[in-house]
Amino acid sequence: MERRSHLYGVLAEFSTPEGLIHAVERARAEGYRRMDAYTPFPVEGLARAMGLKRNMVPFVTLLGGLAGGLGGFGFQYWAAAISYPQNIGGRPLNSWPAFIPVTFELTVLGAALCAVFGMLALNRLPQPHHPVFNVGRFVHASSDRFYLCIEARDPKFHIAETAKFLQGLDPHHVSEVTDD
Amino acid sequence: MSASEPPINSPEIRRLTPVLGPGYTFGSVTDKISSIVLTRRTSFGWYVGFLISFGFSALMTIAIGWLFTKGVGIWGINIPVGWGFAIVNFVWWIGIGHAGTLISAILFLLNQKWRTSINRFAEAMTLFAVACAGIFPLIHTGRPWMAYYMFPYPSTMGLWPQFRSPLIWDVFAVSTYGTVSLLFWFVGLIPDLATLRDRALTKPKQIIYGMLALGWRGSVRHWHRYQSAYLLLAGLATPLVLSVHTVVSFDFAVAIVPGWHTTIFPPYFVAGAIYSGFAMVLSIAIPLRKAYGLEDFITMRHLDNMAKVMLATGLIVAYGYFFEFFLSVYSGNKFDLYLIQQRIHGPYSHFYYALILCNILTPQLLWFYKIRHNVLVLFLMSLVINTGMWLERFVIVVISLTRDFTPSAWGRYQPTFWDWATFTGTIGLFVMLLFLFVRVLPAISIAEMRELVAETSEAD
Repeated sequence: MERRSHLYGVLAEFSTPEGLIHAVERARAEGYRRMDAYTPFPVEGLARAMGLKRNMVPFVTLLGGLAGGLGGFGFQYWAAAISYPQNIGGRPLNSWPAFIPVTFELTVLGAALCAVFGMLALNRLPQPHHPVFNVGRFVHASSDRFYLCIEARDPKFHIAETAKFLQGLDPHHVSEVTDD
Repeated sequence: MSASEPPINSPEIRRLTPVLGPGYTFGSVTDKISSIVLTRRTSFGWYVGFLISFGFSALMTIAIGWLFTKGVGIWGINIPVGWGFAIVNFVWWIGIGHAGTLISAILFLLNQKWRTSINRFAEAMTLFAVACAGIFPLIHTGRPWMAYYMFPYPSTMGLWPQFRSPLIWDVFAVSTYGTVSLLFWFVGLIPDLATLRDRALTKPKQIIYGMLALGWRGSVRHWHRYQSAYLLLAGLATPLVLSVHTVVSFDFAVAIVPGWHTTIFPPYFVAGAIYSGFAMVLSIAIPLRKAYGLEDFITMRHLDNMAKVMLATGLIVAYGYFFEFFLSVYSGNKFDLYLIQQRIHGPYSHFYYALILCNILTPQLLWFYKIRHNVLVLFLMSLVINTGMWLERFVIVVISLTRDFTPSAWGRYQPTFWDWATFTGTIGLFVMLLFLFVRVLPAISIAEMRELVAETSEAD
């Protein structure tokens, strides 16, 4: 039995970042929303052209830092004042200045772990496979080419018209992307 | 400034000393850096260097094996010098690690373009230096299989670590520093691992780099979050790097031993750490650019800037030495005064003079443009400075411990063969890891170099 592969979208290849930004702006003006751009380095202005706003990474990092800091201090207080109190010449059990270095380190640790793993989780990484990898030319996305993929789930998507629209943006190449 | 001279940040000056050689495109920087890992034949020199460093790291393994068999008695440590080489080398290695984070985090926040081509291997250097540093306190415990006692875990004794002790602060500072440096390095590597995955010619390489790249595809949404995460990591690593050597200096400064109990220690340790770290980055960068023809990426501008950072931090260190001296004289404390006298006239005075020569006098040559632009002299000077920083730690640890309050507690310290074997062995391990690193991972961040190409082509 022949397997039918599903269409994921149409991929246009550009040779300059400016060409890609221009294409993204045109596609958005045309009404396309379900699309993604792929670049070998973070292109300035592209996120704005795509209409991306703030992301959740700073918030997740803040939570991690708070958890690390409060948890770190709380644990030290609990260990030194409640779990195993030691009276050394009547010195205070909650000797908070001495707990600051570890609190600081754990704040940074919690925030850094959340920044990295939060970023990966929000990006749905690791994700070993993605339809765009089916396009042979896509290997250049990690060296010197810039891609725009208009996805089939976009309400305005129509295979022939979308391909024609992308052809009109002066791309290097346009190809169909299939699911498998 | 005379009218004929262009201002320091003018395009003319920048073109004269660029951070990137002319004529590079996105494709050609990618080709050039990835070819070192993927297509270029491993040179004979690489094998020679690798084998020598492997030999030394094998020596370290033997030394540690013998240590575990016989105990710390094979070292030169005694009472009063209970710390000896282990702490000297620990502080030295941790200090070296600082430049990597400084370059990748602080220079990133300050938007210094010249950091781009040196941050990757400087971060790798940090990781390897922290690994070498971590070995020493671990094996110095005498019973390293009990090292987990230092971490808070629910034990049957119901006991917790002493959180008021600088030694426990050290455990947290160094392990956090190692973890965050690793995260920072790995996050920077993800896009480059994707490049290697896409350009690898053999199946095993594609699979290994592919798994490490986590399926990175360069989506703009991913980059958007990636850049936030990278900026936040830089912001977090900046106070962290300053805290680590501060905490290390607390190991000394919190004690009441003469020569240790001073408030100048934290800033002066941090400056010394950056000083030795930049010296080590130069010691690595100069042979690296020569061996792989990377003179267009690691330009004279980079070497010049690093030399200037060394000069500045070297002057802070010199100020620290002067202030230590001044404070003992000014305070009139007889133990501190005696310690200073022992540094100058005591049995270890030759170490102190060598320290002044290496760390204060030699770097003054860096005031001269000609010296900063002489690659060989810079390389030799970076080795001299690293020796000087090692001597500094030796002077601080050994002279103070052998000359504290009561003459009956005075002593001498003589490192043994096994001390030297462990120390040179960690240098071997460090160099071996660097050899492996340049062979299997891109030593320069390819994605950031593409960004630099985009920015420099805009500027022209």
